[in-house]
Amino acid sequence: MKILVCITHVPDTTSKIQFTANNTKLDTAGVQFIIGPYDDYALARAVELRDETGGTLTAVNVGEAETEPTLRKALAIGADDAIRVNSFPKDSYFVAKQLAHIAKEGSYDLILMGRESIDFNGGMVHGMVGELLGIPSFSPVMKLDVEGKRVSMAREIEGGKEYVEAQLPLVAGCQEPIAEWKIPNMRGIMSARTKPLTVVEPVSQETQAEAASFQLPAAKGSVKLIDKDQVGELVRLLKVEAKVL
Amino acid sequence: MAILVYLEQAAGKVKSTSLEAVSFAKALAQKTGEGEVVALALGTMDASELAKVGKAGASKVLYASDPRLTEGVIQAHASATAQAFKSLGAKTLVLAKSSLGDAVSARLAIKLDAALVSNVVELPDLSSGYVVKRSIYTGKAFAFTPVAKENKILAIKKNAIELSKEGVDASVESCSVSLTDVDFASKITSTERASGQILLPEADVVVSGGRGMKGPENWGMLEELASTLGAATGCSKPVSDIGWRPHHEHVGQTGVKVAPSLYVAVGISGAIQHLAGVNSSKCIVVINKDPEAPFFKAADYGIVGDAFEVIPKLTAALKAQ
Repeated sequence: MKILVCITHVPDTTSKIQFTANNTKLDTAGVQFIIGPYDDYALARAVELRDETGGTLTAVNVGEAETEPTLRKALAIGADDAIRVNSFPKDSYFVAKQLAHIAKEGSYDLILMGRESIDFNGGMVHGMVGELLGIPSFSPVMKLDVEGKRVSMAREIEGGKEYVEAQLPLVAGCQEPIAEWKIPNMRGIMSARTKPLTVVEPVSQETQAEAASFQLPAAKGSVKLIDKDQVGELVRLLKVEAKVL
Repeated sequence: MAILVYLEQAAGKVKSTSLEAVSFAKALAQKTGEGEVVALALGTMDASELAKVGKAGASKVLYASDPRLTEGVIQAHASATAQAFKSLGAKTLVLAKSSLGDAVSARLAIKLDAALVSNVVELPDLSSGYVVKRSIYTGKAFAFTPVAKENKILAIKKNAIELSKEGVDASVESCSVSLTDVDFASKITSTERASGQILLPEADVVVSGGRGMKGPENWGMLEELASTLGAATGCSKPVSDIGWRPHHEHVGQTGVKVAPSLYVAVGISGAIQHLAGVNSSKCIVVINKDPEAPFFKAADYGIVGDAFEVIPKLTAALKAQ
């Protein structure tokens, strides 16, 4: 089985988000970039499936040169090789076009990624890739097993989950608890340095909904503390002041 | 001319977030001059429920009653919605942001050659072009997105607009869509759904517990508070990780993002990953015995005190009024 896992290069979840260049660019000063947490689940499951069933695992990212350490980390965790599409990921459609092209060229059977990137939270790349390739797509997938061509999944729905049976090839947007995150070991880190990382140019420049500028939310006022013996006062404030009861 | 709204159902009823999408579409149509709002209902549903969609602002409901569409079969829902969109001659599709909505709308963006904007928080600005404001970085920022495509899909974040209840009942028309075996190639074999509960992503009030609750056996008092408030219950990531509560109740960066009017956090310290899931709430109440808990900085109201003491008193005070 050939597995493609799509990796985003995103600010760490604890990052303070600020913008520069007249609110048109993320201020990356002091921001640590990581593999998207949902992509980390997809990668972990992909490594397990590759080890169980044999075959190959390729990690792909759409990003400029600064994303290579993130791809190298995916190699250290267990991907066999990596592809970087050399462009800023302009929007979901732009990224989906590149990924669909790579998936088609490489005839991948299983395409995994996170349910959404944690920067733009669109949650649409998996579906777009599926539709572009004319194959099924599922998200958010919290369990995924492969037996021959048959894929058994659990997909989270509001208030529970549904179990789905489908056939390869397919695309899945993953989330916990599909697998435990894997931490690269020393052997992985050493071997990642020499694993192949191919850089390709984008196949299309087309976008549909590229963000032009950004804004931070209004600052939150300070908390109003209520004595623990005065819960009635809290109820009154929620009713009269906050008007939420 | 019309705007199409994709409705989602839960147990035969239209989800409240989908009704918000209808109200959003109505306000959008008034702004853009796109005419009436037509809603699309897929699968077996209660017809009297469908007429109510009119109250939220739709003048017509297209009802594709194929029972195979009752469950959220992603490909079939995308095909059916694309057909309805084309036969209606619509240029804009509006839907509520949800996990099924994401999965379906992404495929539709390709099928309809449409620009898809997700997590939309207000009506687009038409003063120069068509600029959509959306929430990004899990609520930590907004992005302004100019859209030039003729066909547009807007996935609306909860609470982006006040739900309208002033409309009149909509006319319900049956709508036939032609679906193939390919659309149903994947099979939903079974579904597990917590019954009789308010769905967390849709809830207008949420009561969440963290490790400060000390164990799953203590959730009864939170459930009682929740039922007094008509709230859904949630939890922090550590609580779902150690199995005190199911995963679908995990609120936070990698769990459910909620946007209720009132969020009550009990015994949750307020890690930044948890805050990312709740920062769209209108009002946040934090109850924690640690006065240094970071959650107090993000709260509107706080009580420093032992949950086991405060929660029963709060429930009693709410019941008393």
